[in-house]
Amino acid sequence: MLKTRLEIITAERVVYSEDVEIVVAPGIIGELGVLPHHAPLMTMIQPGELRVRRDNVEESMFVSGGFLEVRGDKVVVLADVAERADEIDVARAEAAKHRAEERIAQHAVEIDHARAEAALRRSMVRLRVAEKSKKRRPPTV
Amino acid sequence: MIPIRIIRRRIRSIKSTAKITKAMEMIAASKMRQAQLRVLAARPYSEKMREVLANLAAQPRVEGESHPLLQHREVKHITVIHVTADRGLCGGLNANMNRRAASFILEQKVPVNLVTVGRKGRDFMSRYGRDIRAEFTPISDKPALVDTTPISRVVIDDYTNKLTDEIYLGYTQFISTVTQRPVLQKLLPIEPTKFERTANIDYIYEPSPSVVLGELLPRYIEMQVYHAILESIASEQSARMVAMRNATDNANEMIDDLTLTYNKARQELITKELLDIAGGVVTQT
Repeated sequence: MLKTRLEIITAERVVYSEDVEIVVAPGIIGELGVLPHHAPLMTMIQPGELRVRRDNVEESMFVSGGFLEVRGDKVVVLADVAERADEIDVARAEAAKHRAEERIAQHAVEIDHARAEAALRRSMVRLRVAEKSKKRRPPTV
Repeated sequence: MIPIRIIRRRIRSIKSTAKITKAMEMIAASKMRQAQLRVLAARPYSEKMREVLANLAAQPRVEGESHPLLQHREVKHITVIHVTADRGLCGGLNANMNRRAASFILEQKVPVNLVTVGRKGRDFMSRYGRDIRAEFTPISDKPALVDTTPISRVVIDDYTNKLTDEIYLGYTQFISTVTQRPVLQKLLPIEPTKFERTANIDYIYEPSPSVVLGELLPRYIEMQVYHAILESIASEQSARMVAMRNATDNANEMIDDLTLTYNKARQELITKELLDIAGGVVTQT
């Protein structure tokens, strides 16, 4: 089976570097899937879930915006923040979600609505990604 | 002749100083290693970013008007980002950086204001009555990119609002454990010629090359600032390690000297006592 090399890089570290069969990323103008032999592409991505299939197993990750580059048989994601599903701090994401919801509910003038909504979206995606990986984990004996 | 008791007390006090400096040396050594690893970990990201920028710069200019961060203006106002350490005891590190920035400021014919990062630089600049636009302190030993973005935010905003026309970044470059060099680089406006043009690949840009460029440039500035701070931290720790090693060596040397004096004084005392006893015996017989 044809494979593409996927690298997810942030300013602090290399988050992910594996050969995968397909990458599905949250592009700025809609979700996009990248298969091997894709044409060279440079796109911005928005906060969301990045899914990959590796050896027929689906993996899910959180990315909070950045860039995605396709070039030859390589996909590089330059992310502002990226977390693998098992790295997500669920408690923190929950807390962030509550905080954002409260802020939006307040309707006060001094609150930056766009920012609160962005925070809400980020925390929800994080929770969704974390939830997925939990389901897949085999039951403990 | 110094009394024996005082020499002994002094030896004890120097010994405890040597223990402290030894401990500080070891702490600085381990922090330095971590800081160096962090500089290395940031490298793939910044290299990739340079590559992408180089490719974008090679693009044929799309509809006229260039990005605000690329615009050159007549220089009427300069801003310097001045990165120093929060703490001292690291040799001439902070003094060198301060001197470098001060001589630069004095050379300029237009007003210069400062964005200081770290306590030492802020104290120095405010003592000499410099115009401080913003200060960031304390800086953690292991900053993440998000910890440093407010710094770049300030200068990017000032630049786009035309409050300043040139921005320089001053920090201590880490060359090796024993060498650190204060440097001052131009941060803004960005010179597109600085990116060496790599093989031109015909990308599909989404949504468009100019939008991607607009998003990429601020991140490039953020990355430069982040990198400067990481280098400064690595420099600070290695300078402290060397300074503390010298302090420990000096303390040990002093202990050796004092021990010698102490032994001499003790021997003299014993000889004197023996002479006294011998003298007593002679007079008795």
